[in-house]
Amino acid sequence: MSIESHDIAHDDHHDHKPSGFLDRWLYTTNHKDIGTLYLVFSLLMFFIGGSMAMVIRAELFMPGLQLVEPEFFNQMTTMHALIMVFGAVMPAWVGFANWMIPMMIGAPDMALPRMNNWSFWILPFAFTMLLSTLFMDSGGPAAGWTLYPPLSLQGGQSFAFVVFAVHMMGISSIMGSINVIATILNMRAPGMTLLKMPLFVWTWLITAFLLIAVMPVLAGAVTMLLTDHFFGTSFFNAAGGGDPVMFQHIFWFFGHPEVYIMILPAFGVVSEIIPTFSRKPLFGYTAMVYATASIAFLSFIVWAHHMFTVGMPLTGELFFMYATMLIAVPTGVKVFNWVSTMWQGSMTFETPMLFAIGFVVLFTIGGLSGLMLAMAAADLQYHDTYFVVAHFHYVLVPGSVFALMAGAYYWLPKWTGHMYSEKWGKIHFWVSAISVNILFFPQHYLGLAGMPRRIPDYSTQFADFNMISSIGGFIFGASQLIFVGVIVHCVYKSRQVATGRVWEGAKGLEWTLSSPPPYHSFNTPPVIDSTTIAHVEEAH
Amino acid sequence: MNGPSHGKLVRKLVLLAVGMFGFGFAMWPLYNVFCDLTGLGGRGVKVVESAGELQKSDRQVKIRFDATVNSGLPWIFEAKEKSTMVSLGEMTEATYMAMNPGNEAIVGQAIYNVTPPEASLYFVKTECFCFTEQVLQANETREMPVYYFIQPDLPEHIKEITLSYTFFRNESANAVALATARETDSE
Ligand code: HEM
Ligand SMILES: [Cu+2]
Repeated sequence: MSIESHDIAHDDHHDHKPSGFLDRWLYTTNHKDIGTLYLVFSLLMFFIGGSMAMVIRAELFMPGLQLVEPEFFNQMTTMHALIMVFGAVMPAWVGFANWMIPMMIGAPDMALPRMNNWSFWILPFAFTMLLSTLFMDSGGPAAGWTLYPPLSLQGGQSFAFVVFAVHMMGISSIMGSINVIATILNMRAPGMTLLKMPLFVWTWLITAFLLIAVMPVLAGAVTMLLTDHFFGTSFFNAAGGGDPVMFQHIFWFFGHPEVYIMILPAFGVVSEIIPTFSRKPLFGYTAMVYATASIAFLSFIVWAHHMFTVGMPLTGELFFMYATMLIAVPTGVKVFNWVSTMWQGSMTFETPMLFAIGFVVLFTIGGLSGLMLAMAAADLQYHDTYFVVAHFHYVLVPGSVFALMAGAYYWLPKWTGHMYSEKWGKIHFWVSAISVNILFFPQHYLGLAGMPRRIPDYSTQFADFNMISSIGGFIFGASQLIFVGVIVHCVYKSRQVATGRVWEGAKGLEWTLSSPPPYHSFNTPPVIDSTTIAHVEEAH
Repeated sequence: MNGPSHGKLVRKLVLLAVGMFGFGFAMWPLYNVFCDLTGLGGRGVKVVESAGELQKSDRQVKIRFDATVNSGLPWIFEAKEKSTMVSLGEMTEATYMAMNPGNEAIVGQAIYNVTPPEASLYFVKTECFCFTEQVLQANETREMPVYYFIQPDLPEHIKEITLSYTFFRNESANAVALATARETDSE
């Protein structure tokens, strides 16, 4: 599968795109087209997963059961998470990788263009399969995205579809990662040394290794669930001598690196945007690279912080507690460097910068609640409450998702050749940033007061905060329609032409190309000099 | 352009992915060995020297007995006593009671667990209803004994030990039992 790359690059030296619709999109091997496909797909999934979240928040608007059956509610929480994690955030990052990595390192395309086409086109099938379970007799998966047995084994026949869908997503991610690594290691323009690469490229390189290391473990875990469910094995089935807690160990060996898979590229994007709008080079570039690498390494030895309540021995609790707290150190280094980059910079606040700053502030809140959860003694109280829900939504929504928005606004003029509406971009930011806090901040209090997660009904003492949270949720959900409006306007209507540089402070190879960039860019490798690239080693 | 050849790198990465898939499965036996040796799963095993030469010790610990029935099994199951004091090294009998109030025979399987997990390394059962599957006929009640002793080298800090059982329905055995019952009926 690896040898094809040369022959493809040969056919079309000119800039024309394939003319037929199918030729252009279904058979495409062009990294820009595949990037677009990934991004559009993930936006669609973002709205499907988002409408499930609206169902959840509507049911939780008031105490009591009003809209949906509890069983369906459980399917909604499970599917919402699976779709958002595997369908929205991860493919969106792969979309960015496809669009940007070749342009950022001066390569003509991804290393393995045909495999690239495959990695994308598997996804619509995987998610059609996953979503189809909602229409089956036994319903969709309802045991939570973590698929813990024994509950996940008590579902019906549709469980097989869930497992195969997870397999397909995993294969897609692994192929995508192999492509990213091969591109970065083999296709850099001469002179683009590893320590001159933009931070987004670095974070993706490390993310790709994480993906190859842990997606297969998830595949193994769900395969064992599959055979336990349908073929009478007892890997996790206590009745047959298996151990349900062992599933949790295997799952979180995947699961914790997985949360970093969703956040590392976000770190990368924010590290591109903040220097541009602060008009200063990134503070501590090398430290950022090492911090990313150490976060990735540490993410393999903290998994049991998700399992403090299973009855581990004290030494285990202590080990995982300290290891988890250790992760906060490189994370803190990053936040420090972003703030230092802004310090005394001549800052302007265009939409990408607003989202990036929103990211730094709100992600940090999520990091701090993570530290609270990392304390084993405290986690016995917080585990499986809304406090955990608040924590991971702070790191994922105003974390990963804000970084995705920031990146989309940042590169949209480059991709389309038109400026988006700055006014509507800013409205989108402010409505999102305010409503996301109305949505998730009260959930901290709900959790501290003991409201359990994944429950469709609750005691009346939790009523007020839930109503506030739901209102925030509806506003946040609706405000994402603004985003779609801005994109559609930018692509089809905007008459304001973008220059190649787009942002006056932008550095990096992608900005040396026209906007939109030619269909095939960097067929001859660019000349790398310190004025065109973002990160020049400081010591000279 | 002259594309570099990616074959070697791709092969290594594919190998890594396949290896990690294998590692996912390998975790199952690895964890089991780890738990057996450390007792962390509450079912540790330690090779006993010969049981005959056990030295009795004056030290006593409290043993609690816990009984649970999985929701898939319509039985009643409890320990005859809630707790007892035993001397280390002394062979002791504990009795559980199981009853099948329904009107058909069911095969069950009990799974045990010792808390604190560390103690499971010193908790030796010589005979237990959990070693084999148990059949209860319709409306049958049966006493189920366990013979056990605690090894005298039990660490000092352990003063109380809980022995817990959960009875599960043994699905495959039930299917077989049902089939044989039908055969005998039709004869
Ligand atoms: C300073 C860094 C962080 C620390 C110390 C931390 C700590 C923790 C802990 C201890 C838990 C388990 C809570 C429980 O279930 O009782 C948890 C859950 C979670 N964290 Fe973090 N975390 C950090 C950063 C992140 C990041 C960056 C992400 C993702 C982008 C993330 C995503 C999650 C998710 C999704 C869960 C919940 C998983 C579930 O049970 O469904 N965390 N975190
Ligand atoms: Cu974690």
